[in-house]
Amino acid sequence: MPKTMETPQLSSLYQQLILEHYRNPRNKAELDGKSVEIHMANPVCGDEIRLQLRIEGNEIAEAKFVGQGCSISQASVSMMTTLLQGRSLDEAGTLAERFTDMMHGDEDAAKDRTLGDLRALQGVSKFPVRIKCALLGFDALQEALKKEVSGETN
Amino acid sequence: MMATRFDPRVIRRDFPTLEQLIHGKPLAYLDNAATSQKPQAVLDALDAYYEHDNANVHRGIHELSRRATIGYEEAREKVGRWINAKESAEVIWTKGTTESLNLVAMAWGLDHVAEGDEILISVLEHHSNIVPWQILARRRGATLRYIEIDDEGRWILEDLDTLLNERTRMVAISHVSNALGTINPVQRVIEAAHRVGAVVIVDGAQGAVHTKVDVQALGADFYAFSGHKMCAPTGTGVLWGKRELLEEMSPYQGGGEMINVVSRDESTWAALPHKFEAGTPNIAGAVGFGAAVDYLADIGMDGIIAHEKALLAYALERMAEIPGMNVYGPRSLEERSAVISFTLGDAHPHDISTILDTQGIAVRAGHHCAQLVMKHFGVSSTARASFYLYNIEEDVDRLVEGLGEVARIFG
Repeated sequence: MPKTMETPQLSSLYQQLILEHYRNPRNKAELDGKSVEIHMANPVCGDEIRLQLRIEGNEIAEAKFVGQGCSISQASVSMMTTLLQGRSLDEAGTLAERFTDMMHGDEDAAKDRTLGDLRALQGVSKFPVRIKCALLGFDALQEALKKEVSGETN
Repeated sequence: MMATRFDPRVIRRDFPTLEQLIHGKPLAYLDNAATSQKPQAVLDALDAYYEHDNANVHRGIHELSRRATIGYEEAREKVGRWINAKESAEVIWTKGTTESLNLVAMAWGLDHVAEGDEILISVLEHHSNIVPWQILARRRGATLRYIEIDDEGRWILEDLDTLLNERTRMVAISHVSNALGTINPVQRVIEAAHRVGAVVIVDGAQGAVHTKVDVQALGADFYAFSGHKMCAPTGTGVLWGKRELLEEMSPYQGGGEMINVVSRDESTWAALPHKFEAGTPNIAGAVGFGAAVDYLADIGMDGIIAHEKALLAYALERMAEIPGMNVYGPRSLEERSAVISFTLGDAHPHDISTILDTQGIAVRAGHHCAQLVMKHFGVSSTARASFYLYNIEEDVDRLVEGLGEVARIFG
């Protein structure tokens, strides 16, 4: 018996904004004077990033990354870094939560203007095996924030 | 049995999984190097076993146990004949190639590899034929050495005589590369290894699927392979080994089935092959493996190999037409099995796989558990299309068309 399933739309996944960030990633460089660095990899596909933050007081003064991977993982982390500059640690934590909500299908989160360009990644939520790619940078961010709060910075 | 004319369109009908639509399109299953689909004959054998004969093996006196034992042991004989083992007692059931390799690394390696000894493997290996040897080398203070590869993913054997020396205890090499499809000149390495007294294990996870394996002619000491890549159920595999080596090896795991007499302080081991089969084995899986071998024997390996080569040649030719296409591995068809590893422009393999998936085309994207190979070619991953007996030219045409869509999105 032939079985059918819902067909996700490629056009909702590969938006121009995503491909543009993939080709021209923002803040992709080693960060001088970083206060925290988190390495995060997805061994399934080889996506890999090192997220580097310079934190001053309670604020992310600068966010950069280096790494490689698919368009979704690289665009997501690129977009994320543009939003992190000058944010408080609490705001960064909220951003990570909202983005994760959007990836898990939360329609309200997808309308949240604080997510900026990241809203272009909403289509990823329709491709369950790719959600991990979109979350790679945010997983690193949450790890960094946890480290920062517990005071284990290098 | 006489093989009838090879017709993949008829063969396809034996595989229920291939009959479905994926995202509204017919399934083009090109991820065979990961695992194969299963023919109805194997599914029927599993059903028949569970519906009629299910019981534990080698333990009961009752009728069902007798039947389960017969099915389990007949399957061992079939698989033994398939690889031309001298006797079926040399066929140890495992859950796959990985377990077979780990079994030898531990049960043979810990007793025979000492500090300062060497283990030779190759850059082309799957992680399952690297990591067990790294663990063994670390535990024993031994050194791991590598056969390097050239820019077509072929072994460089010019310095084989220095790679092998009197300290080399074990050589662990793949018959066919899962990442690139390279068919390796294993025989040459086996002969050279034996000249220095080393023991050789061949990782046949792909080799047993795409070549006709004759373990006696090959001359290795151990041959490890999986059932699930050759039409058998998942969780099935074999370690074939020469009797004299298996005899003097320590057990791998202790438990039921593998003992003779257990007393307070020590135990004696069961005879081969049971010494290495502690616990209740995958009985249904073994029965299914036997049915898979019957199925393949009925079709004939010659027909399967010829079909795969023709499909490979066609695919390589069609893919070469695509701008930005980069195919890795040997250029010569003689040196390559039915695996094509590739990248396309700046599209990441993960994206390639997603785009193909929406068109019902299943390929693998990633490092294929061969990070050393990826590193050699300076990539983090590739996309991989791999063929088997039921694939047809139309699958290749659809792959090429799908790659056109990738080029359109990423172009």
